[in-house]
Amino acid sequence: MTAAPHLLDVEGLTISYQVKGRWLPAVRDFRLQLRRGQILGLVGESGSGKSTIALALLRYLSGNGRVEGGGTLRFAGDDLLRKSDAELRQIWAERIKFVPQNAGAALNPSIKIGAQVTEALRAASDIDRGEAQARMMRVFHDVRLVDPERVAQRYPHELSGGMQQRVTIALALICNPELLIMDEPTTGLDVTTEAAILDRLRNLIAEREAGVLYITHNLGVVAQLCQRVIVLYAGEIMEEATALDLFQRPKHPYTQGLISSVPQLGQSKRAAQLQAIAGNPPSLTRTPGGCVFADRCPAVIERCREQKPPLEKLGDGSLIRCFRWEETISMPPVPRPPQGRKGRKKPLPLNGGGVWGGGVESALLHAKNLSKLFPVARSLRELLARVEPAPIRAVDGVDLHVRAGQTLGLVGESGSGKTTLARLIIGLEERDGGSLELLGMDVRNSVRDRSQDVLSKIQMVFQNPQNSLNPYVTAGQAIRRPLIKLRGMAPAAAEAEALALLGRVNLRPEYAERYPDELSGGEKQRVAIARAFASDPDLIICDEPVSALDVSVQSAVLNLLAQLQDEGGAAYLFISHDLSVVGYLADRIAVMYLGQLAEVGDARQLFQPPYHPYTEALVSAIPIPDPRHSTERILLSDDLPSAQNLPSGCRFHTRCPRKIGEICEREEPPWRAGDGGHRIRCHIPLAELTTMQRRLTLADEA
Amino acid sequence: MRSVRVSRVYAAFKRSAGAQLRHPQSAVGTLAVAFFLVLALFGAQLAPHPNPNDQSHAARLPPTLDIGALHLGEHPFGTDRLGRDVYSRVILGAGSIFRIAGLGTLISVLAGSALGLFMGYQGGWIDEVIGRVIDALLAIPALLLALVLVGIVRNLDFEAGSWQAALADNVILLVISLLYIPIVARVARSATLDIRTREFVEAAEVRGESKAYIIFREILPSVVPSLVVEASLRFSYAIFLVASLGFLGFGARPPSPDWGLMVNENRGGFYQLTPWALEFPALAIAVLVIAVNLMSDGIRRALQKGA
Repeated sequence: MTAAPHLLDVEGLTISYQVKGRWLPAVRDFRLQLRRGQILGLVGESGSGKSTIALALLRYLSGNGRVEGGGTLRFAGDDLLRKSDAELRQIWAERIKFVPQNAGAALNPSIKIGAQVTEALRAASDIDRGEAQARMMRVFHDVRLVDPERVAQRYPHELSGGMQQRVTIALALICNPELLIMDEPTTGLDVTTEAAILDRLRNLIAEREAGVLYITHNLGVVAQLCQRVIVLYAGEIMEEATALDLFQRPKHPYTQGLISSVPQLGQSKRAAQLQAIAGNPPSLTRTPGGCVFADRCPAVIERCREQKPPLEKLGDGSLIRCFRWEETISMPPVPRPPQGRKGRKKPLPLNGGGVWGGGVESALLHAKNLSKLFPVARSLRELLARVEPAPIRAVDGVDLHVRAGQTLGLVGESGSGKTTLARLIIGLEERDGGSLELLGMDVRNSVRDRSQDVLSKIQMVFQNPQNSLNPYVTAGQAIRRPLIKLRGMAPAAAEAEALALLGRVNLRPEYAERYPDELSGGEKQRVAIARAFASDPDLIICDEPVSALDVSVQSAVLNLLAQLQDEGGAAYLFISHDLSVVGYLADRIAVMYLGQLAEVGDARQLFQPPYHPYTEALVSAIPIPDPRHSTERILLSDDLPSAQNLPSGCRFHTRCPRKIGEICEREEPPWRAGDGGHRIRCHIPLAELTTMQRRLTLADEA
Repeated sequence: MRSVRVSRVYAAFKRSAGAQLRHPQSAVGTLAVAFFLVLALFGAQLAPHPNPNDQSHAARLPPTLDIGALHLGEHPFGTDRLGRDVYSRVILGAGSIFRIAGLGTLISVLAGSALGLFMGYQGGWIDEVIGRVIDALLAIPALLLALVLVGIVRNLDFEAGSWQAALADNVILLVISLLYIPIVARVARSATLDIRTREFVEAAEVRGESKAYIIFREILPSVVPSLVVEASLRFSYAIFLVASLGFLGFGARPPSPDWGLMVNENRGGFYQLTPWALEFPALAIAVLVIAVNLMSDGIRRALQKGA
């Protein structure tokens, strides 16, 4: 090791928050060393203290937080803890930059982008307007902002989320900072946008020799971007290692659990359950005396609960906080019990044949030519010119069927219309065209017009468990209500049945008395699932049901959904932006782009050529949690075109990397049928697509 | 089921009571309001001279109150030019102001909430039409509208004992309700708009619940904190309005011990003779309005943070 000091050297950092007059240590004994040109990943679930660390490193904690004495925080050899406010401002302006998660909130809504970026530059260095302008254009070009001159003239709200995030990255890079702290900068973005930004970020950092602390909960992103990784749990470092080591030979049981709880691409519910970490993280007010992970650890022994394991430094420079790592590392990841699909209530028609594959007549739900237009209010100019503005075509002629007992996955970028499609089916949005049949019955437009029978057969699990339960209604009441309302049960019978349902979603009976704010995110979602299952529906629409949950909780909920389907035979329409999650749970997958379907097929077919070029881009953009894995990314340049002004011909032609020529702009592509109901809507014949596209190695083939 | 929900709301209030007492200003406000409430409820027992028109005392006696010595004396606030005990009249006046302002607030909050919840949940053209009517009502200055309405009703002749006459007797109460229903409705509507997009409301729609069930069982509990804050604010404005109408001669009629009316009766030339007969009722109005404001500030702090 050289004599030059580390860019960032943190030792024994403890950060407390004041809660109701008491100071509670949220982060305990944190340390890190970061060299120039290095990307260090900081991984942890929500509440683990990662953002607290970021703010403490910046010395930007809120008033109720403080850094406890005894630790050191050195930036390029200087003690940051001793800096005055004026010195800190100078450092923030020039040397340390922060990229926040929510770019929309970080940019000033009333100042044009160009003025905001040049202002930051001119605060840091004494350069004139023209020079600042020129440097801004260079950085905008570096972060691959399309049409930088126009972007500079716009206000933040006129940009898409991906463009806003590129601007905040440009803002951070423009002063050539020595240290970048990035707090989940791609979390709210689509995989396609995320892939493009990460790709750019890696090169930009390599060019500039800045040190980067990259905070995220997404293991795939860490594997693809970082050289070293710190795993944080409940405010303590569990493990630190090189990314390669961490993913190949995770030492800590928590790391092992995290890595195996993420569904891998191609892993399916048919093969095995997901590995889930049982339980919930400890709360800040009740941190256990021994190992913080002891309560959820599969390898826990008596000693772990009595004594806190020290942070051990190993020969190769990695760190580990576990008494038993030497044993656990050699243990193969706990064998996954082969969970065969058990007896079902209803038999499954798996393969039928015909163009639609699987016989439409056996479909539980059959949607034909569904469409939804959202009218756009006329502007004054349009009013005077008597022009009717084009409506937003959120869903535009979608044919879809869901088979009994199966899961149809629906994927697409945000703005593709997948949520609107789900809302048309459940009846929360009224369709403008097309028909909907459930078990041969015609389904009315709106929930208000639907019969009790239809209502009880289609239910929904919402995205955000925070909002899907009424804060003034206990879990038990929430589950009892559909039993009484839709199944006509007497209150006493409903009471017993509600407890049984709680049991089915693995919650103890005493949860019936709890209000939503007494439940964790995963528990809330379980209650919401129990409520959806209460009316014994044939179809449950799941709109991103796990996207708001932490990785370790997410897998448990996915397992639960798979298990409930096994037992009861309900079909799911499962919407997610996460292809690995959809791949795990779905039997068939539909890919949606700008209100239309681009591809439909069996889950296995969808991850192999031939794909629709859009699916290909989506699949290649998924960050794979394995540093050895490097797919050649197919990066989609622009953002999704507006659904108000749709591209002619094939809707994907403006972004398609495999566009063959004018025909794509002129003519709508035909549906091409492949094996077993696989359908792709593209001008390129399937055989040709197959030869162009690369095969992916899927999890269970390796 | 009902009782559990009520106890849930009650628990929020208990928490807020704790938060209130920790904050000195709102604690002082709440205690002062409680003090006036005691006067309003037990004024007849507390006043040394329970008949407000008892003119048996010497006229124009100055106040005997000595705060330093904690001594009330025979006529703490003095007597007015007709020989009435000002202290007793101020105490007796608390009742009418609490009755009119309190009832008016209650009516307007109940009716306004129901209207606002309905508008917010229903949306569409119904919401649009009612919304415009409310905007039009709010465009007229409150005091002006009150004066016009009171003036019209007072000039009508009704048969004694008929319902119209009963209505005319309570015209101030009705005016307060009418003025504040649109304001409360607007607050309830905007709170409802926020809640109605929550997914638990959609979950209720998906199981085919009726509109009334969704509005009162699903949405109302989450709107209650905003409504309580608004109610306390309305109450302080109502007190002010009642006192103003009394002062302008459109409220209670002489010789009732109305604070606004007392200020009016003792202004002008009489102020030189018996300044205390004006100052003490004026002070009572000011203290009560400030106290209610402090209390409602505290309620807002306590409820809206946790909501």
